[in-house]
Amino acid sequence: MDGRGDTTVTVIRNSVGKALPHDSAHLHVSGRAAYTDDLPEPRDLLHVAIGMSSKAHARIKQIDLAAVASAEGVADICVAADVPGENNCGPIVADEPIFASGLVEYAGQAIFAVAAETVDQARKAVRLAKIDYEELEPILDPMTAVEKQSFVLPTERLKRGKPDDALANAAHRLQRRLNLGSQDQFYLEGHIAMVVPEEDGGLRVYSSTQHPDEVQHLVAHATDRSAKDVVCVCRRMGGAFGGKESQAATIACMAALMTAKTGRACKLRLDRDDDMIMTGKRHDFVIDYDVGFDDTGRIQGIDFMFASRCGISADLSGPVNDRTMFHCDNAYYLENVNIESHRCKTNTVSNTAFRGFGGPQGMYAIEYVIDDIARTLGKDPLEIRRRNFYGVGERDTTQYEQKVDDNVIHEIVDKLELDAKYQNRREAVRAFNASSPVLKRGIALTPVKFGISFTATHLNQAGALVHVYKDGTVQLNHGGTEMGQGLFIKVAQVVADELGITVDRIRNNASDTSKVPNASATAASSGADMNGKAAQLAAAKIRGRLTEFAARNFSMSEAAIDFHDNTVTAGKEKLSFEGLVKLAWLDRVSMSATGFYKTPKIHYDRETFSGRPFFYYAYGAAISEVIVDTLTGEYRLLRVDIVHDCGDSLNPAVDLGQVEGGYVQGVGWLTSEELCWNEAGELTTHAPSTYKIPTCSDLAPDFRVQLLQNAANREDTIYRSKAVGEPPLMLGISAFHAIRDAIATDDHPLPDLQAPATPEAVLKAIAGSGS
Amino acid sequence: MGESVTDNEPQTGTIRFILDGEVIELVGVDPTRTVLQFLREDVRRTGTKEGCAEGDCGACTVVLAELDRGGDDVQVRAINSCIQFLPTLDGKELITVESLSPDGVLHPVQQAMVDHHGSQCGFCTPGFVMSLFALYKSNAKPSRCDIDDALAGNLCRCTGYRPIIAAAEAMYDAEADKDWLRQPAVRGKSQKHKPPAERVAALQGLQRDDGLQFVDNGRKYFAPVSSDELAGVLALHPDAIILAGGTDVGIWVTKQHRELDTVVYTGRVAELNRLEVSATHIEIGAAVSLTDAMTVIVEHYPDLDELFRRFASPPIRNAGTLGGNIANGSPIGDSMPALMVAGASLVLRRGRSSREVPLDGFYRGYQVKDLRASEFIESIRIPLPWDGVILHSHKLSKRFDQDISAVCTAYRLELDGDRVTSFRMACGGLAATIKRATHAEAAVAGAQWNEKTIDRAAQALAQDFDPISDMRASAGYRLRATQNLLRRFFLETRGALEVTVYSYGRQG
Repeated sequence: MDGRGDTTVTVIRNSVGKALPHDSAHLHVSGRAAYTDDLPEPRDLLHVAIGMSSKAHARIKQIDLAAVASAEGVADICVAADVPGENNCGPIVADEPIFASGLVEYAGQAIFAVAAETVDQARKAVRLAKIDYEELEPILDPMTAVEKQSFVLPTERLKRGKPDDALANAAHRLQRRLNLGSQDQFYLEGHIAMVVPEEDGGLRVYSSTQHPDEVQHLVAHATDRSAKDVVCVCRRMGGAFGGKESQAATIACMAALMTAKTGRACKLRLDRDDDMIMTGKRHDFVIDYDVGFDDTGRIQGIDFMFASRCGISADLSGPVNDRTMFHCDNAYYLENVNIESHRCKTNTVSNTAFRGFGGPQGMYAIEYVIDDIARTLGKDPLEIRRRNFYGVGERDTTQYEQKVDDNVIHEIVDKLELDAKYQNRREAVRAFNASSPVLKRGIALTPVKFGISFTATHLNQAGALVHVYKDGTVQLNHGGTEMGQGLFIKVAQVVADELGITVDRIRNNASDTSKVPNASATAASSGADMNGKAAQLAAAKIRGRLTEFAARNFSMSEAAIDFHDNTVTAGKEKLSFEGLVKLAWLDRVSMSATGFYKTPKIHYDRETFSGRPFFYYAYGAAISEVIVDTLTGEYRLLRVDIVHDCGDSLNPAVDLGQVEGGYVQGVGWLTSEELCWNEAGELTTHAPSTYKIPTCSDLAPDFRVQLLQNAANREDTIYRSKAVGEPPLMLGISAFHAIRDAIATDDHPLPDLQAPATPEAVLKAIAGSGS
Repeated sequence: MGESVTDNEPQTGTIRFILDGEVIELVGVDPTRTVLQFLREDVRRTGTKEGCAEGDCGACTVVLAELDRGGDDVQVRAINSCIQFLPTLDGKELITVESLSPDGVLHPVQQAMVDHHGSQCGFCTPGFVMSLFALYKSNAKPSRCDIDDALAGNLCRCTGYRPIIAAAEAMYDAEADKDWLRQPAVRGKSQKHKPPAERVAALQGLQRDDGLQFVDNGRKYFAPVSSDELAGVLALHPDAIILAGGTDVGIWVTKQHRELDTVVYTGRVAELNRLEVSATHIEIGAAVSLTDAMTVIVEHYPDLDELFRRFASPPIRNAGTLGGNIANGSPIGDSMPALMVAGASLVLRRGRSSREVPLDGFYRGYQVKDLRASEFIESIRIPLPWDGVILHSHKLSKRFDQDISAVCTAYRLELDGDRVTSFRMACGGLAATIKRATHAEAAVAGAQWNEKTIDRAAQALAQDFDPISDMRASAGYRLRATQNLLRRFFLETRGALEVTVYSYGRQG
């Protein structure tokens, strides 16, 4: 970073802060936005399908692919032995093969690929494989893994204060085991990659990926090439949510291996069922807590045991589970705390990133604790939440020794409580329930505090490349990817203001590893923070050169040069932006520049789990109100109120979309979205017919979302905005507790409601309460 | 539009449909090629997306315009192109997302989606646009509930739906336009701008006097136009797959990769498309869409409104048929419990002979039906309700919309004061077939309609059913919930429980 100060001082804001539509909105609605499967296909394109293991854990005794090879339209087959380079798709630890050989470790693991002239031919051909297995005992759940000490990574522990003493001395003590289900990303566009061979061994990879750099490198390793020989391009994804952070590389590697073998362009587009069976999901957890608290509900000491289902390999499970350890405080000060985190190896698909990245599971745990404390003491859970919030200037250090110095949770919750008339409605709910024996209403308010930055400090870097052409129009490249979150329009708004032009002068180029190298994944909510800064720095360089030229050309000081509304004023001189650009070109001024940004202030010691892993925190809070049928366990959201902190929003329409969509996705996670495995370890919910994400009618009829106003980030982020991708997901926890509130009774105040709270789980919790 | 349509004689073996005003004529088509494959792979109209290939996500939604029963007006309906076989487009007009803005000027529906930030990743968006377009052309002033219903078959993972609903409310605000595609419905749910005469004429010009049939690669496709012709084809091809809406058969092809040698499409059979109400019965042709069938059934049995609104999704109900739902015989079919307790019967046809069987005698075991080779369902006869009869149904699933039931129950009750004069109950999701709860019925028959009787009947349900556990629900939950649903029905008949959580506080 070149030390540039607060940008808001120098640049007139014409685009930043405006609710501009998504840059591709007009293309989305007319079907003209091109996704990877929509790109023109090379003439001799082959289509790839994947042969998968039908067993959860087995040795492969024999593979007979003769019928596959001779099936109609089949051009070639690829197995592990055909991989010229490294047979690995593990992004951090090289522990997961692209194609299994000898041993299969989950039902759905790839064993071979087949390439054929049509999609149908390829998909029909894979079904002709004959594979003999010798079955081995599978481990299918986290607690069995803990028992057998089956882990993908070592168990981690974090301790602060004297939790044992605090627990022993506490006036009240509670323990509970929580089972918290998994969640499929269910991006509408499934995984896909198309690989086109280029001269001299080059490969051009079109991938639906959040991480083109990783695709580039893993494809290079697998095909025995260097990074310079592989280009990865992604204009947009049809949704990703973390599911295309590490997983996309596997798909791209399979297609690339087929291209390397056949010399022909190859496309692999996973069918929805294969996508859900083959690719990783949110980690499901078993959580034990033991909490001690005083008569006021303040937590004295707490002990957490987290055991997560990581599947067969490490994938991103290390940082995911670290983030659980970092977020099991949510907005609460845990003075004496002990956290144990098991990363369980199971014979199921390797779990991966999903919006929140382990944070939601940690928050779910502590919110359940708070709810239990309140119900035990017969108090309003909101009172207990406030009693435990991080203080301002006191009680403000996290269990990993980061000072919470930007705490706005108090004002957010105060505002929400008032605006949403929480207390009145809580009374109304109680009155309703007193006179309604079957239908019960419930209400809950839950907060969110979410740390922003990759916890691996080195990933907090971003690059951009900005070109200004002779006609004054701009091409914008940066290392971020567009998955629908509005990153491209936000960064374009930043560049537009930096150059004093309107966004229609800017074309957002596809993410492309040949334009911007070594980019981190677009993940950890950091896309706009990092790429916005990098692009701003690139644009600022060009603006600086144009300013220098204009000052020289018009013989006045640089301070007299101003860029705004596609116009440049130089004292009394006024000309169009393109007019100045043309003059600058004639004067041989460079109008292309890179920008590079690295997040300041962060540092973190993974050995001691201490430091400042997060640049800042994003905050929010939600109130959900539900109605539950106690005969069937069905429920529906009635009203939702949210106040969320986006700092000074770069684009309030985009940010509102993230908050609303994140909330609904979080509700889905804890309610209707249930992933089921059978006793053989097969996923039985692998399509939308069996896996139920929220639909339109699940949205609360009364849905009120506000972005916190006058909320400038205290840190020098891009225009003092805040990251917004992940934090709102966890606002959905309020819906779960609203359901719990509805089914709690004076006789049975602590219903054992497990997540996801399907109607069946709700009825079970009611029945378990003896009603 | 329509000028390019000529009055060519229909040619046997040629599929003809309209796309953007042009008549598309296709020969040599695989009978099970889907409309989505045609769009994306054959003509590279890639605006329409594949999200699941099983009709459950709506990314592939397109609209079909076809002549209505009168033959002089056009009905506009959304369907899932991923499981619709291409030959079934014969005689219809296909409207895709690209059709709405041919010159780049966004359609009011599309503009509203832009203005209200209704797209994020954009992959589901073309499907939403087409479902909204179907709503725009058929309902002038939809309530929030109408909008929810219209979008029940479209999944969005990004927005949380609020901005899409806002777009649906705002899409009617555009200036008047002379292009029929851009004109919204006029008033209410039925009155609409009549399409220009040439548009109707173009569709009329594609209608056939004789059935369509062709062979491709040894695989046969028949689309007969009369019951006699259908009976004849099935007599010659007893192993043929009967294709109605294709909402299940489509999945055999897209998911199970089954190769169907002979397909007989019933959608063009005149007699199977009849829908008549006599003094005693509703008679619904087997090829009548679920949408049309349910509209009539709900007119007479209004308590089934919630069940039918939660039944699959509009695109599935538009393509799928009541006859198909029954003939498929799934143990989780949602129409059969209610029809069974209503006393519905089936008119079966084979060759020249017909017979009528009661629905509750039709299912003999898992996927075993009282249906002989070459026999088909011609129509469904549903007795009209009489004074004092109460008929009700409950559906239970993880999600309200577009979900397969964990349990689906139906009841028919007649009371004389507090004494039960007749009681029927049928359930889906609890056994290998949809079936009557005979033990529970016996426990109630002739008894006082009170909590004690209901408790006895609930106990008896355990004798009637021994359900299985699967990903939709456990056996224990299925039984317990069914017992509780019977209690709910009792409370409802007593006026003690007026609403379900589905309908609580919902507008319109």
